[in-house]
Amino acid sequence: MPGSCVSRVSLVAACCALLLALLPWLADAFGDPYLVTLFSRILIYALAAVSLDLIIGYGGMVSLGHAAFVGSGAYVVAILAFHLQEGAPLFGGFLDIQANDQALLVWPLAVVISALLAALIGAISLRTRGMQFIMITLAFAQMLYYLFVSLEGYGGDDGISLWSRSRLPGLDLADNVNFYYVCLASLLLFLWLMRRLVYSRFGRVVRGTRENQPRMESLGFPVYRYQLAAFTIAGAGAGLAGVLLANQNEFVSPGLLHWTHSGELIVMVLLGGMGTLLGPVFGAAALLLMEELLSAYTEHWMFFLGPFLILVVLFAKRGIYGWICGGGDGHG
Amino acid sequence: MLLFFEQLLNGLQLGVMLFLMSAGLTLVFGIMRVINLAHGSLYMVGAYLAATVSLHSGSFLLGLLAALLASALVGLLMELMVLRRLYQRDHLDQVLATFGLILFFNEGVRMIWGRQPLFMDVPQWLSGTVELIPGAPYPSYRLAIILVGVLVALFLYLLFNHTRLGMRIRAGASNREMIAALGINIKLLNTLVFALGALLAGLAGAMAGPILAVESGMGESILILTFVVIVIGGVGSIRGALVAALLVGTVETLGGYLLPLLLRLFLPLASADGAGASLASMSVYILMAAVLVWRPRGLFPAHD
Repeated sequence: MPGSCVSRVSLVAACCALLLALLPWLADAFGDPYLVTLFSRILIYALAAVSLDLIIGYGGMVSLGHAAFVGSGAYVVAILAFHLQEGAPLFGGFLDIQANDQALLVWPLAVVISALLAALIGAISLRTRGMQFIMITLAFAQMLYYLFVSLEGYGGDDGISLWSRSRLPGLDLADNVNFYYVCLASLLLFLWLMRRLVYSRFGRVVRGTRENQPRMESLGFPVYRYQLAAFTIAGAGAGLAGVLLANQNEFVSPGLLHWTHSGELIVMVLLGGMGTLLGPVFGAAALLLMEELLSAYTEHWMFFLGPFLILVVLFAKRGIYGWICGGGDGHG
Repeated sequence: MLLFFEQLLNGLQLGVMLFLMSAGLTLVFGIMRVINLAHGSLYMVGAYLAATVSLHSGSFLLGLLAALLASALVGLLMELMVLRRLYQRDHLDQVLATFGLILFFNEGVRMIWGRQPLFMDVPQWLSGTVELIPGAPYPSYRLAIILVGVLVALFLYLLFNHTRLGMRIRAGASNREMIAALGINIKLLNTLVFALGALLAGLAGAMAGPILAVESGMGESILILTFVVIVIGGVGSIRGALVAALLVGTVETLGGYLLPLLLRLFLPLASADGAGASLASMSVYILMAAVLVWRPRGLFPAHD
C-alpha cells in the first residue's frame, strides 16, 4: 500500500469530517435547512453501506438481502411506538412487555433483534456459496418483505406512521440538528468499531477466507463460524441504520425491506470502493446526492442511473476510493 | 374438494410460468456462470409488447409473435452489449450491472407506456371454460398455458438430448474451455442460449398479460420466485427447474388456500386468516430453506 494513498485518503476524510461537523452551520448560512435532513439520510445510508461492506468487501459474501436488517431495525422501533400510540398491549398481552419509545431501551433492542435475525438467516444461507448465496439472501429478504406486507395490523402495504421520534434523556431528537449529530456519532462509532474489527485477528480470518477458503479451512479455522459472526455483526449495523431511518422519516413501510433497497446498498458499496472502510461512506453520499440532483432535472432519473451503473462496473471498478487513491492500491 | 382441484390447477399454471422463466435463467447460470437479474425485464418486455400489439391489431397471436421477437431481440442486444463483458467477472459485478439494466428497463417502460398498468384481454377463442371433472368449470386460457408449458418442456428435452446443438450446449455447461478448444464457437453458442432464454421469458410474459396487470416492475416479483425455483432445483439443471417450478407453483397457490383453513381449526376466524395469509406468503421460502438444509446444492445439482 503506497504511503501517498493513505495520506491522500486521510486528507480527504479529514476535510469531509470537518464539513460534516460544521454542516448545520453551513446549512444555516446557505439558508437551506433541508441540507441537514439530506445529510442525516446520507449518514444513515453510509452506516448501512459500511455494515454491508463488512460482508461483501471484507468477507467476499455477496448478500442481496441486506435491506431486510435495515427494515427489521426500523420495524422494531415503529411497532413499539405503534403500541404506545394505540395503547394496545404487545403480543396480545401474552407477555409482560411494555410498549416503549425510550431510545436507550428500544434502540439496543432493535439492534439485537436485527442481529438475531441476521444470525438465523446467515446460518441457513451460509451453507451455500456464490450464486446460490446471492439468491438465498435475496429470497429471505423478500420473505420478510411479504411478511410485513401481509401484517394488516401494522398497516400492511401502507406502513406505520410514528407520532414522534424516540426519546433520549437530555437531548431533544425532534430537533433536526440534534438528530443529525446523533446520526453522525452513530456512524463514527460504527466506523471505529469496524476499524478495530477489520484489523483484528477476526478480521484477518474473514479476509483470508475471502481470498482462499479451502486454505483457511485446512489451517484449522472454523470458517463457517467466522463468516456467520461477520454476517451477524453486519446485520446489527444495518439494524442500527434502520432504527435511525425510522426516526428520521417518522415512518416505516415494507418498502424498506424491498430487494431494490438491498441493490441500492450494494451500489453504494461498489460505487465508493468495496473492501475499504471509508469507500461506502463516499458511495452513499455520491449516490444520494446524484439522485437528488438528477431528480431535480427529470423524474425519469433512474433511466440514466442504470446505464451509469453499468459503466461504473465495466470501467471504474475501484470506485471513488480508488479514484482518490490515484494509481495506488485500492485497499486501505 | 372442487375448489381444491381448481387451486391445484392454478398451482400447476403458476408452475408452468415459473418453468418458462427458470429454464432460460438456469441455462444462463449453468453455461455462462452469470447471474442475470434483468431476466425479469425480458418477461416485462414480452408482456408489454403482447399487450400493445394485440390491443392495436386485435389479434392475440400477432401480439404473442411480437412479444417473442421483441424479447429475443432485446435479449440478444443485452448479451452483446453488457452481459458478454461480464462472463469473466465476479458475481458482484454481474449483480450490479444487471441491477443497472433493471432500473433502465423499468424506467424506460414508464417513459414509453406511462405509469398506468395495461390490461390485456383473453383471446376470444380461449375465453370459455372446460369441465375437466364434472361440476368444476376451469378457464380454457389457463389450461392452454399449462399445455404450452408441457410442449416447451418436451421441446427442450428433445433439443438438449437429441440434437447436436443441445449436445454442444451441454458440453459447454460442463467444460467451456474444452469445447472452445475443440473448435466450437462458444461465443455464438452463448448468444444463442441467451436468446433462447430471453424468448422463453418473453413467452411467459406474453401469456401472463391477460392474467396479471402489465406494469413496470412486474418482472421482479416473478424473478424472485424464479430464483427460488432455481435454487431448489439445482443451478444449471433443466430437469430440476421443471420439478422445482411445479413444486413452488403448487405450494405458493395451495398455501394461500389451505393454510387459513388449517389454522381455523385452532384459532379464531379473523386471526386464523391473518396468520394464514402471512404464513402462506412465507411458505415458498420456508420450503427453500428446508430443501437447502437437506441438500445445499438443490434437488438436481448439475455440476460435480
